[in-house]
Amino acid sequence: MSEMFSMRDVTICYDNVEAVRNVSLSVQEGQIVTVIGPNGAGKTTLLMAAIGLLAARGRLVFQGNDIGRMSVEDRVERRLCLVPEKRELFSDMSVADNLLLGSYSLRDRSGVQKTLDEVYSRFPRLKERQRQAAGTLSGGERQMLALGRALMAKPKLLMLDEPSLGLAPLIVREIFRTIASLRDLGVSILLVEQNARAALETADYGYVLETGEIVQSGPAKDLIHDKRLITAYLGGH
Amino acid sequence: MTSDIAAILAIDGIATGAVYALVAIGTVLIFTVTRVIFIPFGDIAAFTALTLAALDAKRFPGTGALVVILAGLATLIEIVSLVRAREFRLLPRALFFYLALPLAVVGLAWLTMRAEPPLAVRLVLALMLITPIAPLLDRIVFRPIADGTVLLLLTVSVALHFALVGLGLLFFGPEGVRTEPLTSFSTEFAGVLISGQTMLIVIAALVFSGLLYLFFDFTLVGKSLRATAVNRTGSRLMGIRPARAGTIAYLLGSLMAGVSGILIAPVNTVFYDSGFLIGLKAFVGAIVGGMTSYPGAAIGAVGVGILESFASFQSSALKDVIVFSLLIPILIWRSLASLHSEEEIEE
Repeated sequence: MSEMFSMRDVTICYDNVEAVRNVSLSVQEGQIVTVIGPNGAGKTTLLMAAIGLLAARGRLVFQGNDIGRMSVEDRVERRLCLVPEKRELFSDMSVADNLLLGSYSLRDRSGVQKTLDEVYSRFPRLKERQRQAAGTLSGGERQMLALGRALMAKPKLLMLDEPSLGLAPLIVREIFRTIASLRDLGVSILLVEQNARAALETADYGYVLETGEIVQSGPAKDLIHDKRLITAYLGGH
Repeated sequence: MTSDIAAILAIDGIATGAVYALVAIGTVLIFTVTRVIFIPFGDIAAFTALTLAALDAKRFPGTGALVVILAGLATLIEIVSLVRAREFRLLPRALFFYLALPLAVVGLAWLTMRAEPPLAVRLVLALMLITPIAPLLDRIVFRPIADGTVLLLLTVSVALHFALVGLGLLFFGPEGVRTEPLTSFSTEFAGVLISGQTMLIVIAALVFSGLLYLFFDFTLVGKSLRATAVNRTGSRLMGIRPARAGTIAYLLGSLMAGVSGILIAPVNTVFYDSGFLIGLKAFVGAIVGGMTSYPGAAIGAVGVGILESFASFQSSALKDVIVFSLLIPILIWRSLASLHSEEEIEE
C-alpha cells in the first residue's frame, strides 16, 4: 500500500493565532482515515488547508508531489477533492448541472456520461430530481448531491467535512454506507467528523484532534474501544 | 401628444433601450462573475464606434496602440507575478495570451486595413480590436484586488473610467463621429415609419441575448461562469478558476458593448467621452433588474430607453435628470424588497 496523502508538521494560523499546530497525518491508498474531535478543534481548518483555501506552514504531499504552493484548482485537477461542511452547491442550478460541473476539471471528457450514470445509480434520488434546482433539495439530498458532484471528478483522495452534520439518523446511516462503499471504487478518503462512533466504525485509521493538536491516533477498531475516547466522544457506550 | 407621436417615441425608445440592454447584460455578466461593477463598459461601446469610424475613414484606429500598450503592461504584470510565485512553467502561456494574441489581433487588423475591406469586414475588425481591452484591463487593474470589497472594486472601476476617457481623448481626438448606416432599408408599420437601423438594433439585441442564453444553458464553459456567479468557493472546488471565468466574462461583455457601439454609431454622434452616459443608463437598467438577472437587466434597460425617449420629447434638457431620478425610487423599492441584498453582494 503506498501513501496517497500526508501532512507533515502542518501549522495553520488565523491572524497570527495558531488554529492547528504541528499536525502530521497520512492516508494510504484505498484507506479511509478519519479525524475526530470536538467542535472548534481545527478539523475543518485542516481540510481547508489541505485543499488550498487556507495557507499552511509545513509539508503537504499528495501522490509523492509537494502540493503546498499549488492553487486550489491545480489540486483539484490532480484529483484531490473536498466536500465542504457547507456543501457549497450551486443552488440556482439544476441537480444535473451541479453534477456536470463536478466533472469540470477532467480533461478527458469521454467518460463523463458513464460516471454520471454511476452516480445516478448510486443515488437514484438525484436522478429523480435531476431537473430540480439544487437549492430546493432536502438536507440529505443536498449531501448526496455534494458527494455525487465530488465523485464526478473521479477523485483519488476525497476529503469529507462533517458529511453527517444536520442530517436525520436514518440518512446519516445511508451516507456512511455510501462512504464505506467508495472504498471499492479505489477512492482514498479523509473523513472529518463530530459523529465519532459512526466515523470510527467506517474508517480504517483514526486521529483525534483537540485544540489544534493530534492527541491520539491508531487503527479505528482500537480507538473505538479506547476508554478515554469512549467517555469523551463515544457517549459512554 | 398624439398616438402617432407616442408610437414613434416608443419605437425610438425601444431601439435605444435595446442598445442599453446589450451593455446592461454585459454589466450583469461581469458583476455576477467578478463582483466588479464595470463602469467603463460604456467607454468600450463608444471606443468601438470611434474605431469603426476610423476604419471607415481608412485610418488605422487609436485602438490598436491602446491594445498594444495594455498588452505590454498586462504581460509585464503577469510575468512578475508568475516569477514571484515561481510558476515558471506558466510563462509561455502568459506570453501567448497576454502578448502574442492581442498583438496578432492588432497586426491582423493592420494588414487587413491595407486591402480596403468592405463594411462587414470593418465591423469584424472593430469588434476584434475592442474585445481585448476589457480582459487586459481586468488583468492590470482588477486581478490584484480581486478579493477586495464590492465598494473598493466599484471605486477603482470609476477611476478606470476616467482614465479611459483621458486615453480616449489621446487616442481618438476630440472630434465626434457618426458612421454610415448599416442599412438604408425602411418599412411602415401601422402608419409609423421604422428604419432598418432601428430594426437591426432590436434584432441584434435579441440575437445576442439569445446566443448568450444558449451559451449559459448548453455549454460547460457557460455553466462554469454561472457557477462562479452563484458560488465562488464551490466553483473553485470544482477546479473552475475565477480569473479565467472573469476573462471569459470580460471578453463576452466587451463583445456585447462593442456590438452596441456599432449599432448606436450611425444614430448618434459619438465622442471619446460619450460612453459614460451609455454605461450609466445601462447600469440603471441593470439595477432595475437587481444586478443579477439578465432578463431583468434587459427589460430594465428597454424601460430606461423608452422613458428617455418620452422624457426628451417633453423636455430635452431634462431627459437625463428624469432618467437618473428614476434610480431613487427604484433603489428604495429594491432595498425594501430585499433586506439581504447587501450581504449577498458582499459575499
